[in-house]
Amino acid sequence: MKFQQIPLCALPLGGAGIVRELAVSGATRRRMLDLGLVQGTRVEAVLRSPAGDPKAYRVRGALIALRSEEAGQILVEYPK
Amino acid sequence: MGLTKQSTGSGVLKELLSAPPGREGEPVIALAGNPNTGKSTVFNSLTGMNQHTGNWPGKTVAVAQGRYRYGGRSYRLVDLPGTYSLLSMSAEEEVARDFICFGRPDVTVVVTDATCLERNLNLVLQVLEITPRVVVCVNLMEEAARKKIRVDLAKLSRELGVPAVGTSARSGQGLDELKAAIARVAAGEKTAPRRVAYPREVEAAVAAVKPLLENLSGAAVNRRWLALRLVEGDEALLASLARMTAGELPPGNRGGDGMRDAIAAAIVAEAEKIFRRVVTLEQDRGPDLGRKIDEALTSKTWGIPLMLCLLGLVFWLTVQGANYPSELLAGAFARAESWLAGQAFWALLPEWVFGLVVLGVFRTLAWVVSVMLPPMAIFFPLFTLLEDLGYLPRVAFNLDHYFKKACAHGKQALTMCMGFGCNAAGVTACRIIDSPRERMLAIITNNFVPCNGRFPILITLAAIFFGGAGGAPGNGLAALTVLAMVLVGVAVTLAMSKLLAKTILRGLPSSFILEMPPFRKPQVGRILVRSVLDRTLFVLGRAVMVAAPAGAVIWLLANIPAGGRSLLAYGAGLLEPAGRAMGLDGCILMAFLLGLPANEIVIPIAVMSYLGMGVLEEPQSLAALRDVLTANGWTWLTALNVMLLTLMHFPCGTTLLTIRKETRSWKWTLVAFLVPTAAGAAACLLSAAAARLLGLV
Repeated sequence: MKFQQIPLCALPLGGAGIVRELAVSGATRRRMLDLGLVQGTRVEAVLRSPAGDPKAYRVRGALIALRSEEAGQILVEYPK
Repeated sequence: MGLTKQSTGSGVLKELLSAPPGREGEPVIALAGNPNTGKSTVFNSLTGMNQHTGNWPGKTVAVAQGRYRYGGRSYRLVDLPGTYSLLSMSAEEEVARDFICFGRPDVTVVVTDATCLERNLNLVLQVLEITPRVVVCVNLMEEAARKKIRVDLAKLSRELGVPAVGTSARSGQGLDELKAAIARVAAGEKTAPRRVAYPREVEAAVAAVKPLLENLSGAAVNRRWLALRLVEGDEALLASLARMTAGELPPGNRGGDGMRDAIAAAIVAEAEKIFRRVVTLEQDRGPDLGRKIDEALTSKTWGIPLMLCLLGLVFWLTVQGANYPSELLAGAFARAESWLAGQAFWALLPEWVFGLVVLGVFRTLAWVVSVMLPPMAIFFPLFTLLEDLGYLPRVAFNLDHYFKKACAHGKQALTMCMGFGCNAAGVTACRIIDSPRERMLAIITNNFVPCNGRFPILITLAAIFFGGAGGAPGNGLAALTVLAMVLVGVAVTLAMSKLLAKTILRGLPSSFILEMPPFRKPQVGRILVRSVLDRTLFVLGRAVMVAAPAGAVIWLLANIPAGGRSLLAYGAGLLEPAGRAMGLDGCILMAFLLGLPANEIVIPIAVMSYLGMGVLEEPQSLAALRDVLTANGWTWLTALNVMLLTLMHFPCGTTLLTIRKETRSWKWTLVAFLVPTAAGAAACLLSAAAARLLGLV
């Protein structure tokens, strides 16, 4: 299977990817690490809000809502 | 959330640290944990102290304390703010971290969520790095069992090297075992806390820094943990440490993102390893019902309509249900009054004493109680039910996009929802927003949603002027009107946030990361008790405290003559032209001004000035009230504009003081006063002009 790196916000609903890179720094990066969003973590896109953004993702058993601004900074590996 | 004991930040820590350690030899137990783990429920169950618990992240911003007895000994329990980590920089995390570090609790209990143990172990491992005297409480065990998640507690305890106890705090299960484990650790039982294995470069840096810390005087803080913080360059902690020890710190290896990531990733990896060993997910878990519900509640087609329906239903139940008990109470008060009036001792007192006490204070009180108590006793439990179910974070999720467009924070949807209960509570809740700019936006615009003191005005006027038919269909129309007003309030909140964000509070939206906790089965009994005690009685108590003296003042105003008229009539006369332009009248404006202490008394004051009798009339029914109002020239436009002004005018006295306290600035308090007032005046002027132009009135 071939893989590609895409921003987390581009993950289709129901699809799951593996975190490869966090392209943020400072407090937001810290917050993401605290929630277990480290390299190698499996993330599944679960819900989309009525307006399409934010989306909610399943991360290590918890459901976390992220705006596309934040989710766009997280690169995940996703089967092509 | 109560309005008591609200303080956070370093002030709290100072208070906690300097607080007398209670009775001789009383162990201090710190309660830490992620938000939404039921930590507050554990706290309440152990201490029996009542405290409001909610279902959204960062709800417990206050530090509560309580005591419990076990085995003939008293223990002091400190409920720390819910945090995901001890490494970050929010005020809550700083309080939790500093207390565990420097407060030297005898035992630190880390409350975890059995249904989400992996993420929770992150915090457990961090606490274990600071102190070995830890008990892990795995809460929500029943919930996990329902979801077919099995946690091997014995194995978890072995893996972590500290006692691990399973509880279901809501039903009280496992609390005795928890108390026993705390007692053992407090008595000095040896533990062997698990140490996170860090990558070689981190360990090397720690080894280099650690010897430099040996001579650090004062703080009995774990050296290895301190060395780790130095290695990653935790500025906030270094500042705290300098304050606490007044000691000299060696310069750290300011590692930046690289070191920091390596440390965070190592802890997450360790948590994952433990999680895989102790938790088994049964294969056939069946359909994920929670996810199905979530998909419906947030769907593109149904998300917003379902939200409106739920809100509308809550209003309808409130309008429909409040009528009868309201009239019952009004009748009871009328009987009480005639009994009171019949007492012989009035004859011994001057006539004005009777007027002041019975016609002023008693009637105002009676009005406030009979008009406010029934809707509150229905509205608050319903609202708490939605909160307990975990619905409010879904509302924030659904509405975030619109708040983002208004350059505001998504969590403002949560603080806005709190405002429906009480704006002062909503303003306090704005602490969950970290960015100062967005927090200020949320504080200033919180007043645009009607609180429970203002709902009765909306509900009463909607029932009289827009629910003409009466009965269930009429009440349905009235509920729709109230819902429409609430939507206007939300729309103005968004528009005003945007306007402020483009003018005096310029800036870009900060990051939005919100945990959506799983739906929880609400405990109906507890909701009733809690919402009646914590909210209904609190708000009612406040209203009564304000209404009693206000009743006296109003009676005096209505009875002290000024130039042939009463002061009240004189003031109303002055305001008459402004009132007319706004589609209202002087009496109404006067009532809003005098209603500053509590909006609940606005309508009674207006009625009192109409009747010109200098006493508060108690219309026995809505029909009587309608007659009084229409006889004084009220039309649907007057009712509409009073409702608009109710929605948009200066916050009540309590809320203003809370805003002052939260912003520490009279300037911003003034802004919070002027913004809704200007919006309300503009709305009334516009609607009056439009109605006259179109010849509708």
